[in-house]
Amino acid sequence: MALPTRKFDAVIVGAGGAGMRASLQLAEAGLKVAVLSKVFPTRSHTVAAQGGIGAALGNMGEDSWLWHMYDTIKGSDYLGDQDAIEFLCRMAPQAVIELEHFGMPFDRNEDGTVYQRPFGGHSQNFGERPVQRSCCAADRTGHAMLHTLYQRNVRANTLFFVEWMALDLIRDASGQVLGVTAMEMETGEVWIFHARATLFATGGAGRIYSASTNAFINTGDGLGMAARAGIPLEDMEFWQFHPTGVAGAGVLITEGVRGEGGYLLNKDGERFMERYAPTMKDLASRDVVSRAMATEIKEGRGAGKEADHILLKLDHLGLDVIEKRLPGIREIAKKFANVDPVKDPIPVVPTCHYQMGGVPTNYHGEVVAPANGNPNTVVPGFYAAGECACASVHGANRLGTNSLTDLLVFGRASGESVIRFLKENPGHKDLPTDAGDYSMQRMARLDGQTGGESVFEVGAEMRRTMQAHCGVFRFPDMLQSGVQKIKAVAERAKRTEIKDKSRTFNTARVEALELDNLIEVAVATLVSADARQESRGAHDRADFAKRDDVNWLKHSLWYRDGSRLDYKPVNLQPMTAQTFEPKVRSY
Amino acid sequence: MINPDSDRTLDRIRWRCRRGLLELDLILTSFLEGGFERLTPAQQETFSGLLGRADTDLWDLVSGRSHSADQAEEALLDTLRRVGTV
Repeated sequence: MALPTRKFDAVIVGAGGAGMRASLQLAEAGLKVAVLSKVFPTRSHTVAAQGGIGAALGNMGEDSWLWHMYDTIKGSDYLGDQDAIEFLCRMAPQAVIELEHFGMPFDRNEDGTVYQRPFGGHSQNFGERPVQRSCCAADRTGHAMLHTLYQRNVRANTLFFVEWMALDLIRDASGQVLGVTAMEMETGEVWIFHARATLFATGGAGRIYSASTNAFINTGDGLGMAARAGIPLEDMEFWQFHPTGVAGAGVLITEGVRGEGGYLLNKDGERFMERYAPTMKDLASRDVVSRAMATEIKEGRGAGKEADHILLKLDHLGLDVIEKRLPGIREIAKKFANVDPVKDPIPVVPTCHYQMGGVPTNYHGEVVAPANGNPNTVVPGFYAAGECACASVHGANRLGTNSLTDLLVFGRASGESVIRFLKENPGHKDLPTDAGDYSMQRMARLDGQTGGESVFEVGAEMRRTMQAHCGVFRFPDMLQSGVQKIKAVAERAKRTEIKDKSRTFNTARVEALELDNLIEVAVATLVSADARQESRGAHDRADFAKRDDVNWLKHSLWYRDGSRLDYKPVNLQPMTAQTFEPKVRSY
Repeated sequence: MINPDSDRTLDRIRWRCRRGLLELDLILTSFLEGGFERLTPAQQETFSGLLGRADTDLWDLVSGRSHSADQAEEALLDTLRRVGTV
């Protein structure tokens, strides 16, 4: 059945920071650009970003993009591509100034320049001393960025398709990407968005874990679509965890709680961090604290009926300190853990926060995949930016505040790449005759399924499996059994059934389609993690405690077909700077 | 706006409870499951209106850090502020 078709110069999937920065570039160039979004653009998950935008403006003291580059590479545990990282750090100041000119309400210094905050891992002169590099708008940087970009896009005539869910990528026989299929939620109708260039900015997939700080919309739609279309997913074993998310809810409890004197207890009431980090104790770095917590739980010293969490004690700080220095924490604990921290400890677990891997791209935002002996062959017509993409600037571990920098720099760069591509490739290529068939088969399968699996139950099993087998600290036996388990869950996901088959605003159908995407990410993560026999950045294994640059200084590439792994070298050659050779990472 | 003739009203509202902030996802979903259908049509309309707010503003309202000047909204927010997720 031929699907109804709309034609655009470019279609962008996702209207968070990266998608809207890219669409702005295109719309201001006079191109006809469609942006598809499951939710209203300013309700994208970018809104949750509080930390700021890392950029070496040097407004608070001397700073340089080269120092920012060093911090980013060191943070990445040397897995980041150094050409992309140089590009990110060199372009960051311009990206911030542009955003300022768009009307972003940055905090300011008395002399009118953008104020910059201190942030962990930001240093002057290659790690010598801290530097203030984070540009922010109070604790609402993400919110302000989304509103600024949205207004600017409206002015530039970007066409937003709100409450539309993209389903599948359309590629022709040569592999060129010619658009996407997408479902309008209001009608349930599936359309083809025929585009000369297609850009994914769909964000992360943190909802593969039971303990996640990510909003419900973060279901890895771009990753699922790319994987189904034969594009590999890069470095999916690397997920950043935050030590203190509220157990069972995921909502973050700021590190400030431990900064003010709160500390962690196991079920025996022991302040166990004294054993793991005798000097820094509960103020040790995120990965050290998270690993200690995971070890306590694995060894049976977790608290609660299921012995599955740790307790964060702060009652000894007293009501005054809690209310004055930790605003909002009492409210969060009451709402999401049903405890009043003035009297009782808060149940917490290491919680998934950010996805370092994604759809492989170069620093132009062009999607790349191995072909003809080149691991970085450009996939014509296909672009990705933001958390769904892997450029790779975050490597094995993201430096704080680089997520927003990434959105701006690579949103803009991918937009520029699209403009160049469209100049060189005028007109729409014909769609393949079977364009849309694959999506319609998936929809027909879902509608026709009887005696199938519950979307909720399969999703819950996926999240439990990921949490137990591939969490913040990874054990060989758990990884191995986890691979088998997640593959079994993926088989069940092929047979999901929805009882409500109606067309109009059928949220059950949307959730089933989201699960199709999540499960690809979950399998990619577990398979890649099981294979990587080292500890690097956020991938922390009990049986391989050290980084192994001889065997593992390389990017993982997971293919959906046969759940196959391939690898490609890390680019250690910056654009102009000297290579930062891998060193032992210590702070 | 809510169309009383449509039987998908609840689905539309359920989807619009999908937010950028996890805190709101949790509270709004919990509220929707626990008591939305018991609200009067006018209260449902007020709830739908609240969903049009920006995430950070809505979270400030729901967590009690700010208040609405609109009496109907404030009354509904009072209920939302008591919603727990556990």
